Amino acid sequence: MNERNSIIGKVDWLTVLIYLALIIIGWFSIFSAKYDEMHPSIFDLSQVYGKQLIWIGASLLIGFIILLIDAKFFNAFSLWIYIFFLFSLFAVLVYGKATKGATSWIDLGAGIKFQPSEFAKMATALALAGHLDRLDVDLQKRKDQIVAAVIVLIPMALVLLQNDTGSAIVFVSFIFVLYREGFPGAGWVMAAGVVAILLFIFTLIWSQKVMYIILGSLLILAVVYYIVAKRKGIVKMLAVFAFMFVFVFSVDYAFHNVLQQHQQNRILVMLGKLDDPQGVGYNVHQSKIAIGSGGLTGKGFLQGTQTKYDFVPEQHTDFIFCTVGEEGGFIGTAVVVLLYVALLIRIIILAERQRSTFSRVYGYAIAGILFVHVAINIGMTIGLVPVIGIPLPFLSYGGSSMLAFTIMLAIFVKQDANRLNIL
Amino acid sequence: MGVFIAIGVVFIVKLFALQVVDQEYKEQADNNALRFVTQYPARGKVYDRNGELLVFNEAVYDLMVTPKQIADAVRKDTLHPFDTLMFCHLLDIDKASFIERMDKAKKESYFKSSPFMTQVSKESYAHIAEVLYRFPGFYFQTRTVRHYPKSIAAHTLGDIGEISKAELDKDTEGEKYYRRGDYIGKSGIEKSYEKELRGKKGLKVMMVDVHNREMGSYKDGELDEEPVAGKDIYLGLDAELQAYGEQLMVGKIGSIVAVEPATGQILAFVTSPTYDPNLLVGRERGQHYKELQADPMKPLINRAISGTYPPGSTFKTVVGLIAMQSGSITPATCFHCSGTGSLPIKCTHSHGSSPDFANAIMNSCNPYFYESFKATINNPKFGGIKEGYRYWKEMTYKLGLGRKFDTDIPYERKGNIPDCEYYDKMYGGQWNSVTIRSLGIGQGEVLVTPLQLCNIAALIANEGYYYPPHLIKCFGDSTAIPEVMTTKVDPGIDPKWVRTMKRGLRTVFSGPHGTARRYELKDIPQCGKTGTAQNPHGNYHSNFIAFAPEENPKIALAVIIENGGYGATWAAPIASLMIEKYIRGYTVREDLEKRIMEGRISYKNER
Repeated sequence: MNERNSIIGKVDWLTVLIYLALIIIGWFSIFSAKYDEMHPSIFDLSQVYGKQLIWIGASLLIGFIILLIDAKFFNAFSLWIYIFFLFSLFAVLVYGKATKGATSWIDLGAGIKFQPSEFAKMATALALAGHLDRLDVDLQKRKDQIVAAVIVLIPMALVLLQNDTGSAIVFVSFIFVLYREGFPGAGWVMAAGVVAILLFIFTLIWSQKVMYIILGSLLILAVVYYIVAKRKGIVKMLAVFAFMFVFVFSVDYAFHNVLQQHQQNRILVMLGKLDDPQGVGYNVHQSKIAIGSGGLTGKGFLQGTQTKYDFVPEQHTDFIFCTVGEEGGFIGTAVVVLLYVALLIRIIILAERQRSTFSRVYGYAIAGILFVHVAINIGMTIGLVPVIGIPLPFLSYGGSSMLAFTIMLAIFVKQDANRLNIL
Repeated sequence: MGVFIAIGVVFIVKLFALQVVDQEYKEQADNNALRFVTQYPARGKVYDRNGELLVFNEAVYDLMVTPKQIADAVRKDTLHPFDTLMFCHLLDIDKASFIERMDKAKKESYFKSSPFMTQVSKESYAHIAEVLYRFPGFYFQTRTVRHYPKSIAAHTLGDIGEISKAELDKDTEGEKYYRRGDYIGKSGIEKSYEKELRGKKGLKVMMVDVHNREMGSYKDGELDEEPVAGKDIYLGLDAELQAYGEQLMVGKIGSIVAVEPATGQILAFVTSPTYDPNLLVGRERGQHYKELQADPMKPLINRAISGTYPPGSTFKTVVGLIAMQSGSITPATCFHCSGTGSLPIKCTHSHGSSPDFANAIMNSCNPYFYESFKATINNPKFGGIKEGYRYWKEMTYKLGLGRKFDTDIPYERKGNIPDCEYYDKMYGGQWNSVTIRSLGIGQGEVLVTPLQLCNIAALIANEGYYYPPHLIKCFGDSTAIPEVMTTKVDPGIDPKWVRTMKRGLRTVFSGPHGTARRYELKDIPQCGKTGTAQNPHGNYHSNFIAFAPEENPKIALAVIIENGGYGATWAAPIASLMIEKYIRGYTVREDLEKRIMEGRISYKNER
């Protein structure tokens, strides 16, 4: 058997099939969303659906090449890849073009624009996997902890500087990996994060006063419990409550002074505190109309009126899920959601069977990235999450994200195919 | 892994709620992407009895606006910022007017289109349509306005105008038919035949994109409804006679009503002063309407149905017929007349001292008809004055007085024939035939409309029956006209008494003392009765009823000239000229015609 056949035989075809299913659904959805009677061919390269086909083709080609490259290459060059994309993030800050408030594009000429932040997630995953794979790295050591944190935080900070909050939030997903790899306190950070989000939401909904009363009552109950049960650690508990009080105290200030106006509005819309379907709530309102009007079985391919006639903004990029919902109905959306869940579970299963730390960490990292993308994007279109502009992996139109997600997944599939070669 | 599954479940549950359970979004999607374009049918045309076109349609353009789409476009489309200034300039309105119109439209509906400016002229339309793409949210709707090529019979034809709030509220026809901005018949036959003339609106369901550009028919037109064109209407009116009547009435206040006795169709329906119906059309309608309303001569009033006048001596026909029918007098009955010395009513005509019926009607003897009236209500067979009066009033009602005909003429008035209770109240129950003697000669409380008076003429012409007077002759599609107009009404007067009356009315023209003998025509035997009615507004009203020819009359009419003096001065010659014009097709009495047409009666302005 030559090298090539052995690779194809060992590839996890389930992952590849899910991937192919998603990009095809995406391509047809983009065609439908942007359908133009003047250009009725899905292969028309002057239209976005034709262009998406080019990106799909390019992605498949690059994905195939990755499968042919030696698996060890990515581990060996992870740091260099990472550094390359850090520089490209810097370059964006200097030469980038601003679109919709964020400066995240570099114009490569010939009409091709390149968004390094899409690739930076993959590069960070590689770098983190490479770091943790080193035999002398131990996450219990302070120095290695700091290095791991820095690997994640530098690109995150650079993306934030581009004013691309959505992409920055994606980097939070690396906490999953660190938790899995035994980063001390990662669990606590995740728990604290969840508590903080809940406190934040409830404070906005109910006002600080109510929150003080609720926290106060809980504190009294906790103190009584600790004394009656004679439990230790009462000081720690009091400290936690102190933090919570301070947090609630600062929510209003943070909300109004740290967040930008459009971010505040999006959060208020999501919480139902701000009802303005013509203004800031327009996107979500139209998005829900499009999805909601699909019914059980949908209006049928090319029969949607809401996305096709531009009622939903960004209908072929961030809001592509609307087309799925309007034309495919509940059946369509459920299939897509299940495909994503299946893909994520499959990646975790594959990650767990890896022999190398590199592959496992990398698998967890990309599962986290994909998860955050899917959760935020779909959540946003159905009004469960405030509007955050990040693409839906494999479905949304866009060369950078299509290439980046394909490369990201292909590297993992290659690692998995190669797992038995690792001693 | 649990987190992935959990989020997947949350999404699927939420999607199920959003897509399958909740129906609200489906409606909102339709509101978004579908535009329901009303297809207005062509309103029916109106012709006269000979097929002369009286009313037809001219195209105009209504500028419609959907406020939401402007807001959407302003927010999203920075390529073409909405240039309010240019827009106002195009429509020749100021900014305040723009805002006012927008506010009105928003109040009507934020999501649906409503009229921004109605009846934009053809020239402006061409101008604006060219650049309308720069103003998303606006589109033109073609509609038609009425045009009146002959400029006659304004009151009869009536007008259409934007539906009022009150009319909208009254629109209870199934699912409401009308919407704000729709046109509806306001008066005349436009009002009475609104349903037939308007036809039925159609509907076209179009898909539109977010910029409100039409993207094609929804579901291949499955939900579309074709508009149904309105019916054409042929009126009984004779356009030439109507125009002639209007010419004769220039400079006089009053009315001419002419009907075809054999059918009850109205041949001429003249009220004076009148106006050009083309004034109440288009964008200037409101302004013109205000001007007409402010005119002290009150040209908007249709005196043929809304003017109630004392009939004076023309009423002697009614008094005589009822007296004969009740057996209170016979044609041979004579009553004493002492001329101007008669009591309680003096006579204004000189004739033999004891006229019989024929002489009395020819000479319009006041005492004779007072005595006839008295004989009727005092007739012992009724067993009392009040019973007698009730019978008399009942008969006048059957003859079409003190009531509406309710055919197809809106805003008819009843006139007045008082009832017993009225006199009881007025005289404290103590009254008799002498108290109410004025009724016998068509004075006092009795008031009639020219239309009612004309109907009396038609009844005598027909020797005892009438068809309720009406405007329509037939529909263009030959569907039946309402039965009430084709049903013969017999008030229960024996034809022999009517024939007696008819002979008497003939002598008014032909007799040596006939009050209208000056207007006798050798070849057209005319019948008529003069009336000179006292009234509280100044000089006598000049009244006349007539029909001709004596046998198989073709035309019956009533003429009332306010403050015209003697019936024979204005009303009789006008009636005679109308008869001649209608029967002969032309007139030979040029001097008379000239005198009438150029004659002006001076009125005090405040009336």
